[in-house]
Amino acid sequence: MRGYGIGAVGLAAIIGLCGALGAAAQDAAPQISESTTDHSKLKELQKDFASGPEVTEACLSCHTEAATQVKHSVHWKWEFESPSTGQILGKSNVVNSFCGNVASNEPRCTSCHTGYGWTDMSEPPPAEATAVDCLVCHDTSGQYTKLDSAAGHPPLEAKGKTITGADAWVVDLKKAAQSVGQPGRENCGSCHFYGGGGDNVKHGDLSSVLYHPSPEVDVHMSPDGENFTCSTCHHSDKHIFAGSRYDVHAMDPEGTGKPGQVRQDVATCESCHGNAPHKALSVTGTKLNDHVDRVACQTCHIPSFARGGVATKTGWDWSTAGRMDAAGKPVHEEGYVQGDGKALHTYLATKGDFEWGENVVPHYAWFNGQVNYTTTDEVIDPTGVVEINRIDGSPDDGRSRIWPFKRMEGRQAYDSGLNKLAYSNVWGPTTDTAFWTNFDWSKAIEAGMKAAGAEYSGQYGFVDTHMYWPITHMVAPAENALACRDCHAENGRLAGLSGFYMPGSRPLSWGALAGMLVFAMMAAGVMLHTVLRLITRGGKGGTTHD
Amino acid sequence: MTDTSHKPPAPFERGLTPCPDCAEREVLIYPRFERLWHWSQAGSIVILMFTGLGMNGWHNLLSFEMAVRLHTLVALALLLLWVFATFWLMTTGNWKVFLPRVFGLFAVARYYAFGVFKGEHHPYQKSLAQRLNPLQAMAYAALKTVVFPLVWGTGLVYLTYNFWETLPNAPFWLELVANVHLAVAWIVAGFVILHIYLLTIGHSFREGVRPMIVGTETVALTPEQEAYLERHETWRLVD
Repeated sequence: MRGYGIGAVGLAAIIGLCGALGAAAQDAAPQISESTTDHSKLKELQKDFASGPEVTEACLSCHTEAATQVKHSVHWKWEFESPSTGQILGKSNVVNSFCGNVASNEPRCTSCHTGYGWTDMSEPPPAEATAVDCLVCHDTSGQYTKLDSAAGHPPLEAKGKTITGADAWVVDLKKAAQSVGQPGRENCGSCHFYGGGGDNVKHGDLSSVLYHPSPEVDVHMSPDGENFTCSTCHHSDKHIFAGSRYDVHAMDPEGTGKPGQVRQDVATCESCHGNAPHKALSVTGTKLNDHVDRVACQTCHIPSFARGGVATKTGWDWSTAGRMDAAGKPVHEEGYVQGDGKALHTYLATKGDFEWGENVVPHYAWFNGQVNYTTTDEVIDPTGVVEINRIDGSPDDGRSRIWPFKRMEGRQAYDSGLNKLAYSNVWGPTTDTAFWTNFDWSKAIEAGMKAAGAEYSGQYGFVDTHMYWPITHMVAPAENALACRDCHAENGRLAGLSGFYMPGSRPLSWGALAGMLVFAMMAAGVMLHTVLRLITRGGKGGTTHD
Repeated sequence: MTDTSHKPPAPFERGLTPCPDCAEREVLIYPRFERLWHWSQAGSIVILMFTGLGMNGWHNLLSFEMAVRLHTLVALALLLLWVFATFWLMTTGNWKVFLPRVFGLFAVARYYAFGVFKGEHHPYQKSLAQRLNPLQAMAYAALKTVVFPLVWGTGLVYLTYNFWETLPNAPFWLELVANVHLAVAWIVAGFVILHIYLLTIGHSFREGVRPMIVGTETVALTPEQEAYLERHETWRLVD
């Protein structure tokens, strides 16, 4: 038995050596492509394309169903019917507390549409199959981009700006078409990292830092960590991606699924980590596993957002926009320098006052996944803060967990005659109505309302708003997760939440006070007794005991 | 045997009148297990109070996580010790020393309230069978049947919240349990102070603590008890 064991070890060593040699030999040989198709060899792609749609046409000559699939996605439609509320949401409908609305600002906003030429929000996206933009998601050459105000078309001359705010360059469509592959983080990031008009402006947990994050910023996406791309978690099926902000999986009791099953239907933490992710055979691990039904993973494991040097916009006051200097030029101020050294605007005549934040402590709320939007047909109360979207959930509904959110604080236009949120036309270099061109709110709002087909009283004002963005990216390494005491303390992080009892948060609750009263009386009795003994010299230390 | 057990003990056996023909001897009163039990319990209660105060934000000398871990493990260990101690008390019959009794209660209470200030002697003389004075017996009985069960009972219910959180109004019950736990924990802390303070009365603090360390104490032995010990349990006699 012993001899056999030694023999086996020797054999294994020889096999291992051969394997190593084999691997070394393979390194020298040309790499074999993972894909069965090298797009640079396809004859359909051996031409100089003159436009984006021409490339799409070439793609569709083989991938015949791709455009149809894309056209059924939210990426294309910008419309989402909430399964729980029936509200018709999506970018084409809702008003947010950033640039406001798409209607009347189309070529600027639809620069990030996964298509070409959607110039009118009152109409669906263009019907032609070639209007789908394949490259924005599938280019791996790294040099494909879209202009910031051309309804999704790429720059074909070095003029203007791109969707990430860079000076435009001439895109080589042939090179891009021949490079196509699975979407990388650069593809998703070029739109999703720049929502709201700049790097990390909108989400707070999605910034250009995620192109090459350190493990401290994002343990999953870091090249020194798991090196995930977006689609590692955001699985897709027929071009429809898991993970919706309109209908969130706030709780995932299914966990990793049945043994042997690899779940591809959700982007939840639990689909990989399961429902008891902490070490079970310890007090701490057991207690932490007891938390997962009430506290989202993100709450502890994303201690703050906008990490890694790029700030997020936390406040935007449109009401102060329009200030001109003595020479009649629009005022701009750069009063914030973010972690990576870049100065950011804190005032723009076109947009008003901004506030920025880095390493922001989230706002926490009970969340069951349902988000109710204040749509423009709802009457609002302008005397208070209007919630642009409301996070639904409670400690008692059995399907909510405590989630972290970015709370955007805004002040934005509303129809003060009808008490409804207003659409405004901000972009339009050649129009008479766009606010960014003419700085006239009455014209801008009238044009916005008209483009959206909404009734307008003709009067406007500004109302304070809050908008909530679920925080789920920038997961920190486990050792940087929140400590228990961040919440389990008086005035801890969850002090704003009620309806449940949290140990350690109320050291002076009625029970403690009652107990302390008894304790104080006992201690006072002992002290009184001691004093009396000292005065009477009666029981001096028991020396009288004999 | 059954006849004698019904006979009420003589007054000196209840510790209040001087025993005419008794000899004061140093006898093993607290066997090793009882001392181990006492000091483990004392140490545990100190750790439980320290970690409990930490969890409630009275100090930051250790993390909340460490406080919970220590509090949980020490509490479970102490419960296990109590299981053994209860078994020991029941099988040895020692549980009887904790039976509350009225006889002599007033005299001892009067001593603490008045006599101690006048330099009187403690009215209670420990005997082999009754090492606790009536006030002590009553206090320990209350501690063992009311205070401790409340604190470990609420503690276990608190600890196992995740097994019953689906019951209706669970957050309300949790809050109630947590508050009772906190209230009783403070009362235990009061007991500890009182317990230590009373060691300074009637003799020196050192004399008070010594028996629980070495196990022996000077008690009054009747000639019969002395003869029995000399004959059968010499290991209990020190001098």
